[in-house]
Amino acid sequence: MGLKNKDLLGLKQLTAEEIMEILDTAKMMKMVLTSGNKKTSHLQGKSVVTLFYENSTRTRLSFELASKYMGSASANISTSGSSVNKGESLLDTARTIDMMATDIIIMRHSQSGAPHYLAPRVKASIVNAGDGMNEHPTQALLDMFTLYEKYGHIDGLKVAICGDLYHSRVVRSNVIGLTKLGATVSVAGPRTMVPVGLDQMGCTVCRSVSEAVKDADAVMGLRVQLERQQKSLFPSVAEYSRFYSISEDVLKLAKPGAYLLHPGPCNHGVELPTCVYDCDQSVINEQVTNGVAVRMAVLYLLMARRNQNEQN
Amino acid sequence: MNRIEIKNVKKFDTDEKVSIYIENGVFVDSLSSEAEKVIDGEGLTVFPGLVDMHCHLREPGFEYREDIKTGTASAAKGGFSSVCCMPNTNPVCDNAAVVEGILRKAELVGSCNVFPIGAASKGLAGKEISEMGLMKEAGIVAVSDDGKPIATANLLKKVLEYASDFDIPVLNHCEEMSISEGAMNEGAISTSLGLRGIPAIAEEIMISRDIQTAEYLDMPIHICHVSTAKGIDIIRQAKKRGVKVTCETCPHYFSLTEEACINYDTNFKMNPPLRTEKDRLAVIEGLKDGTIDCIVTDHAPHHIDEKDIEFSLANNGIIGFETAFAVGYTYLVKPGYLTLAELTEKMTVNPSKILKLGRGTLDTGMPADLMLADLGASFVYTKEEILSKATNSPYIGNTLDGRVKLTITGGKITYDELC
Repeated sequence: MGLKNKDLLGLKQLTAEEIMEILDTAKMMKMVLTSGNKKTSHLQGKSVVTLFYENSTRTRLSFELASKYMGSASANISTSGSSVNKGESLLDTARTIDMMATDIIIMRHSQSGAPHYLAPRVKASIVNAGDGMNEHPTQALLDMFTLYEKYGHIDGLKVAICGDLYHSRVVRSNVIGLTKLGATVSVAGPRTMVPVGLDQMGCTVCRSVSEAVKDADAVMGLRVQLERQQKSLFPSVAEYSRFYSISEDVLKLAKPGAYLLHPGPCNHGVELPTCVYDCDQSVINEQVTNGVAVRMAVLYLLMARRNQNEQN
Repeated sequence: MNRIEIKNVKKFDTDEKVSIYIENGVFVDSLSSEAEKVIDGEGLTVFPGLVDMHCHLREPGFEYREDIKTGTASAAKGGFSSVCCMPNTNPVCDNAAVVEGILRKAELVGSCNVFPIGAASKGLAGKEISEMGLMKEAGIVAVSDDGKPIATANLLKKVLEYASDFDIPVLNHCEEMSISEGAMNEGAISTSLGLRGIPAIAEEIMISRDIQTAEYLDMPIHICHVSTAKGIDIIRQAKKRGVKVTCETCPHYFSLTEEACINYDTNFKMNPPLRTEKDRLAVIEGLKDGTIDCIVTDHAPHHIDEKDIEFSLANNGIIGFETAFAVGYTYLVKPGYLTLAELTEKMTVNPSKILKLGRGTLDTGMPADLMLADLGASFVYTKEEILSKATNSPYIGNTLDGRVKLTITGGKITYDELC
């Protein structure tokens, strides 16, 4: 088994079996993570670099802690304070990192396809930590892991995803991953934020948040990416929260005990009110812990593949 | 070499084998004395030298991408005797001095005829009409703001009216900019790749505007690089009711679709973008029924630093001179969509007629522009053989049929791989 490719570019590139292997590995990693001694030696003698061209709290920190818990040498490059600010190209920057014997480069970039562009051009494994509006595979993996932990399966679940579908790489990765594992996905958001042909990715595009949430096993809010808005796609925050937020009433339409997820960071009062964020059904904080476990699993499996290739 | 004879060559529009005679740069019925060069055309087909009414030679200003010498060498390799270069140079070709500069350079170092196209608006800024009368005197054959549409309906109306005083064809790049801010065709694939899309209606809305304006004024307009099924149909309907509209497409629009973008390969990024299979078939249909008059290259060389980067940041455009004929032959003639004569018409006499170039025929007395191709030759297009300064071609590594073997322009051999 193991992963087939050198890189983790997206869930498009993974088979259902590979996704399940990551989730099962994450289960073990979570046990390590929640035990008294988090330190393992899986990445001992290896190096991991995070290269983030966009801001991040959770993703970056969880990757960094994941690699440190597993014993790797790790380093961060952010665009401010590096030669990126001097105008160095993505390729030159990545090659520079590559030439320092780096094993894994974890990258986030504002351009869709940036990791796909780099992957064949460097020896290191590229892990996509979010590329433009394309994919955010480890976020979807941790979302799926959270559901997998709660339900014991993904197959047959109904998941609703609501919010800014246009700019969201989280929705794309989740739709791809969840449907590969046999879940059904309903999505809803302002029509101006529904990209053309989204249904062809395998989800049902609903006319309203209520329609999407009805009878769902899990409801996921998406952050309204105020920094990505190039033009007005909705008239005001007040109107957005009135018609498109996951309110207490909307959440009641889901199955009793349905879980509420959000990739964070959350705009309180926009995509969901604080009382929903904090409600019993919310697993938003657990998602953060699971994020570390899933990223440990991803790093472990990618490194295992690299080690195997070296032996061959 | 004043007298050339090409013997045993098949003519593109008949099955008969003929001899072609060239003396003093024109086609003649017979030579006044013995030929100085005899070319054996056995196994080859002779065509009029190809005419490209839409390309970018990048000089002046962008010589790091291409210049007149390399661009025309690349054109000659593709069988072209005449190319019309767009005005988005630096400085913009919006005045007689730049036109003269281009023509002088082409005279000195060019491997084919160069016919400059002037800017329709000063500086391509879309505000004031350019000095098109003076540019016409200097040698432009058309005006266009290519790369961008003629910005407003009001400006288009003025451009059409003013250009008509000088009998200058107006070519428009059709794109409604306010809904066009993407990197590829808008649809399920752009959504899946997380790329912003350029919807088909961006092109179609502008085609409609142009046609209605031309119809209102009863003046001709030429629509550049059409790529969508609806756009073609709008033009088809307009032609039926007598609007003086002509149009062109490019080889990539009948040979490739948006699916080529799935690996974020920037050699498939151009504007208009590659569309759907339905659109591709509609382009072929439009070529078949005559709605689409011309096939042009939109040869758009870019430096590797402008292409070997993130998809959305990469420049639009691909090079096209060296593959245009073979792609046309492979994708249109071989499957039986067009006859060889029809393909040739769209790459020679039709553009020549629209721009009144007086080129693109093998008739006696005309400038001796011709191209010999081996239609039986299958070849793999390689990066190494490219004569353009740029290598941004989506066809590298592809097997194509119909190879250009020799090009003659004005009686001079400009490309020769027979020897």
